[in-house]
Amino acid sequence: MIAEIGHFALMLALVVALVQSILPMAGAARGNHSWMATAAPSAIVQFLCTAVAFGCLLYSFSVSDFTVINVAQNSNSLQPMIYKVSSTWGNHEGSMVLWVLILALFGGMVAMFGGNLPPTLKARTLSVQSMVAFGFLLFILATSNPFERLNPPPIDGRDLNPLLQDIGLALHPPMLYVGYVGFSISFSFAIAALIEGKVDAAWARWVRPWTLLAWIFLTAGILLGSWWAYYELGWGGWWYWDPVENASFMPWLVGTALLHSAIVVEKRDALKTWTILLAILTFSLSLIGTFLVRSGVLTSVHAFATDPERGVFILALLVIAIGGSLALYAWRAPALKGGGLFAPISREGSLILNNLLLTTACATVFIGTLYPLLLDAMTGDKISVGPPFFNATFVPLMIPLIIALGFGPMLSWKRSDLKGVVQRLQFALVVAAVVTAIAAYITWGRSIFGAIGLGLSGWLAASVLIEFGSRIGIGRASAGDVLRRAVGLPRAAWGMMLAHLGFAVLAAGATGASVWQDEAIQSIKPGDSITIANYEFTLRNVDNVRGPNYVAQRGVFTVKEDGTLVATLAPERRRYLVQGTDTTESAIYSNGIADLYAVLGEPQGQGRWIAKVYFKPLVPWIWLGGTIMVLGGIVSLTDRRLRVGAPTRKQAPTPASAPAPAE
Amino acid sequence: MSATSTGRTPATRKKKRLYAVLAGLTMLGVAAALVLTAFEDNIVFFYSPTDITQKDLRPGQTVRLGGLVEADSVKKADDGVTTEFVITDTNKTISVRYAGLLPDLFREGQGVVTQGTLGSDGIFLASEVLAKHDENYMPKEVADALKKSGNWKETEK
Repeated sequence: MIAEIGHFALMLALVVALVQSILPMAGAARGNHSWMATAAPSAIVQFLCTAVAFGCLLYSFSVSDFTVINVAQNSNSLQPMIYKVSSTWGNHEGSMVLWVLILALFGGMVAMFGGNLPPTLKARTLSVQSMVAFGFLLFILATSNPFERLNPPPIDGRDLNPLLQDIGLALHPPMLYVGYVGFSISFSFAIAALIEGKVDAAWARWVRPWTLLAWIFLTAGILLGSWWAYYELGWGGWWYWDPVENASFMPWLVGTALLHSAIVVEKRDALKTWTILLAILTFSLSLIGTFLVRSGVLTSVHAFATDPERGVFILALLVIAIGGSLALYAWRAPALKGGGLFAPISREGSLILNNLLLTTACATVFIGTLYPLLLDAMTGDKISVGPPFFNATFVPLMIPLIIALGFGPMLSWKRSDLKGVVQRLQFALVVAAVVTAIAAYITWGRSIFGAIGLGLSGWLAASVLIEFGSRIGIGRASAGDVLRRAVGLPRAAWGMMLAHLGFAVLAAGATGASVWQDEAIQSIKPGDSITIANYEFTLRNVDNVRGPNYVAQRGVFTVKEDGTLVATLAPERRRYLVQGTDTTESAIYSNGIADLYAVLGEPQGQGRWIAKVYFKPLVPWIWLGGTIMVLGGIVSLTDRRLRVGAPTRKQAPTPASAPAPAE
Repeated sequence: MSATSTGRTPATRKKKRLYAVLAGLTMLGVAAALVLTAFEDNIVFFYSPTDITQKDLRPGQTVRLGGLVEADSVKKADDGVTTEFVITDTNKTISVRYAGLLPDLFREGQGVVTQGTLGSDGIFLASEVLAKHDENYMPKEVADALKKSGNWKETEK
């Protein structure tokens, strides 16, 4: 019964989405206010319908209703409740329901909180949002019904893929989806603006908080996924440039560019067409990512669907959405009026450089990800493009980005004086030089890139702090004054400082992880030790333990540094009983600066085991830095400007935005 | 905006756009150069055992070798860390040597993808044994290679 209610709610949502796609759009075109006014209530109803559907599915999973095929195939009555719940989205059908739920959620939020939007813009935005929802609801109902019944029901379910039975992966998909799918609302705003033929500072202010919200969740989702790969896969890496990872990283890169270019639209009324294009591209990359991971063209833990019919359906949606929006862009964008002028050396100029570097970096990731698929389709040759490719293309583009990022926030709008900025950043140059020298000394003979990477991170962190310090008057004003200024500073300025600082910390972590780790693999028996980088890992014993739906062998390692105990690590080898699959659970001790990491390998007989241990300096900084970036986003989102500062759109252009030819 | 800059609008605007376009083109050029050189050095081809015996590999060329792990072929060396096994596409076989932790899903009779170099003694020295976590654990490349050699059975997945 519950499953039928869910199925029915999805159909209702489809009908509502159809109405919402057409009526407000037509109303906006004909100036019919009552038609336009249907947009907000129908967006809320659409959200409620999809929420009911998702709730029903969640319920079926939580009570282990194995008469539903989807539950029987992806859950098991022995799973802990949290993994029963996360099984809801740990499969193709359920994850698509989550997809439309988040689409509808963002539509509903704009309907609820977008009271100050001009009626036509609101109607058109919600209408476009609903068109996307309609396509995906149709996809679910036509090819991926999650509520299909099974008769007779099995006694127990097939269990969730054991690799997904982990807290990191329980939270990763919803986070990632809120980010990924959240960019749909920037897309809808962009399409609506193209139809209206008007983009101005007010538009940018409406779009930015939604983009920022999506960006925060996408960043957090990618971080969680990376963290999961780090401790769950047991290979000790944090980023593999796997196509599936790239699929979520590409929208992040362009979405980050979008966040920055929207600032230029808001402050200086320039870069409008470019910003619109970025909004379209960001969501298009989200759609491409969905296609890549859901169509089965890639083999990975995420590829639930290997049904070609589904792949073709998503591909068709993709072509319509991306093709349609780009066609509209080509037709309407030239009509948008250009805005403020600026010299190349200026805040605007630096933000353009940021955008160029981020989008170019995204393009290299795009080529590296899709070229193997294309080559396979055209010639049948199978190739793989791995980390060496991305290290040779992506990393060189990040170096100028970090250098420029030190200068950017110091430059003034319109026209700036680079020499003066360099003078003010002298201290950061000193910091960079000192850090580089120290890093080079410590790691002499290993890799020059470690010293360069850390030097760049030092440069960025120092210049971010100098910029922030000069804003709050450190060195010029009294302590009380500095405090007052710091409190009075717009939250957006705090957010920018945190996000950029987080990036510096993350860059340092990534550098450490890629050039300085130590590792050893040995066959040992209890009592034996492996020593790396001054740490002595001793295997004490191996026990058999039992979990709710698995059995495991747990090795206990003690780690000593110069004879004193620093950590006890207990990695496991688990066998999940239902699917009969083995997983490796690594054990990690982190002191905030470096990680000690141990993995228990296969038994060798005669009480011997393969063990792999790592010393990973700076790796914790990757997540620390990412978390600071997320925090920066959150702080920036609470800026009052984004909440109350944009109630009205300027009626007539002020003299400042002088009439000018199209940009 | 000041009156002077408004007066200079057309020329400045064109100039500004020229700068932006030039910067964009430069960036594209740099990216194209990076991508092309990286492709030159870093593309890794996937071969089945049959392919690899037919191709002339450069000495030291990194390739991926995939197929089924032959039954009863997995042996541990005395150091306890090095594993030797045979990869087959049911047509030809190649011996593989690998020092490291095998992925959880590594089993005899199942599909596997390894990355490494072919030694002059004909033994493939793997630097990586890849675990692509497909739940049926049949890497796509391996499935396609088996289909090509006519040994693909639907039941195998």
